[in-house]
Amino acid sequence: MIATYTRRELMVVAAAREIHDGEVVFVGMRLPLLGFGLAKATHAPNAIGLFENGVIRDRPAESFIYTMGDPPNIVGAVACLGLNDVMSLLQQGRVNVGFIGGAEIDPLGNLNTTRTSSSGSLVRLPGSGGGGDIASLAGRTVLIMEHEPRRFRERVDYITSPGHFPGRRRGGPATLITTLGVFDLSGGAVRAASLHPAVTPEQVRQATGFAITIDDGIPATAPPSADELAYIRQADPAGFWTGDSMKPR
Amino acid sequence: MHELIRQQRRDLTLIGPISDMAFDQLIAAGTVARVIAAWVGNVAGGSGYGFRRAYEQGVPRRIAMEDHSNFTVGLALKAAAMGLPYLPTFTGIGGDIVRGHPRIRPVDDPFDGSRLLAVGALKPDVAIVHVQRADAQGNAHLWGNLGLTMEAAYAARRTIVICEEIVPDEVVRSDPNRTVIPGFLTTAVVEELGGALPSSVQGYWRRDFEPFLDYHRVSRSIEGVQAWLREWVFDLPDRQAYLRHMGEAALERLRVRDRRLAAAANFAP
Repeated sequence: MIATYTRRELMVVAAAREIHDGEVVFVGMRLPLLGFGLAKATHAPNAIGLFENGVIRDRPAESFIYTMGDPPNIVGAVACLGLNDVMSLLQQGRVNVGFIGGAEIDPLGNLNTTRTSSSGSLVRLPGSGGGGDIASLAGRTVLIMEHEPRRFRERVDYITSPGHFPGRRRGGPATLITTLGVFDLSGGAVRAASLHPAVTPEQVRQATGFAITIDDGIPATAPPSADELAYIRQADPAGFWTGDSMKPR
Repeated sequence: MHELIRQQRRDLTLIGPISDMAFDQLIAAGTVARVIAAWVGNVAGGSGYGFRRAYEQGVPRRIAMEDHSNFTVGLALKAAAMGLPYLPTFTGIGGDIVRGHPRIRPVDDPFDGSRLLAVGALKPDVAIVHVQRADAQGNAHLWGNLGLTMEAAYAARRTIVICEEIVPDEVVRSDPNRTVIPGFLTTAVVEELGGALPSSVQGYWRRDFEPFLDYHRVSRSIEGVQAWLREWVFDLPDRQAYLRHMGEAALERLRVRDRRLAAAANFAP
């Protein structure tokens, strides 16, 4: 019997699968935070997590956290440094993979989290945070997005976190995980790697505001295992980050 | 922070990497003319509605925004803390934040000629930091993540240290590696137990989650945020009154009673 899971839980599992054992990970909040913990608990026990507030951890927090400065994220850390210290490690090239969320994306993997007029009127978004830094300096980046047409744009209004561009020093977007599937961005274009169970290519094309490659016979994203789900539900017991109403059958 | 609102300060410039609802409240109260930051919102909830109203509609007043990434805020303060006009970086190249930026300009590496960005120094008039303990001279001990506390305190013309408790100076001297701000940089030291609530203070207070989500909900409307400011700022004379308004049950729930003490470090000569 396949357990019931939410799309966000599936996204956490997909994020965890992007972390290889022994890698240094720049961890973002929400789904990447859970993905890091899940990877550590399963296939990547030796991964190291850097948080932009200066925390370095080699094991997940013991209890649920809303922000990376919450006390459970400090207890048992291997180091508590400053923002510039971990950003310096990132700039030096010590970080293998970083996670970034975005409000809008274009085919080159440019992310906008600053401002948009896509709805006709100006909407101010919170801004870069560490996103622009991770996009610029990590060995590769994994992007996490809601998959909606207004968010997938031929050209974003503002490039907060740069994607692929000529003359890039290192890295760039490698993978995009959305509410509909997992996509390979490493070639400077968006190519589907897997679609989430029950999602059709047509559905993805309609939700994407630019051309996207979906090969025939595209595989389905492997669903979470019982162990993976158990970890996620222990780390986010109330479903604050992972609950949603879109339960695939 | 709420005292700035009570005093109806005007035309403030706020500086920070990632801000939570404190920035949003200062903006919603009309005290702010300019924000220099990487992220302005509600960390648990998402949007900062006070910030959005000010930026999008000029309500209650228009604000100027100097957008940064976390690292460029950190480098701008670090440059000032080091007494330098700027620090070079690779971050942001290829993106729009650094395009035409008043404080970030392209420079060439004088050694190999490669393209870098120079982040200009940012020297705040005042840094306000919260720490666990300090002595009466303002030598401050802080533990947990340090963020940009040291850069801000070193860069600013004046530094106000707010602490959970003022301790004898022997306590500070017993562990000098934990001192993040030497007292000669401190302009004023304030003992204010619970002064950072509803934010957490490691070893003293847990984060109180609900007020952040509550504020996020009510601040969707201008009436909601005004009612919030009345209840939690204007109708309360000071921090002690704020804590009383939270109620003893809430304070008891948030107060850290457990002990997870660091191993002692032997400083014997």
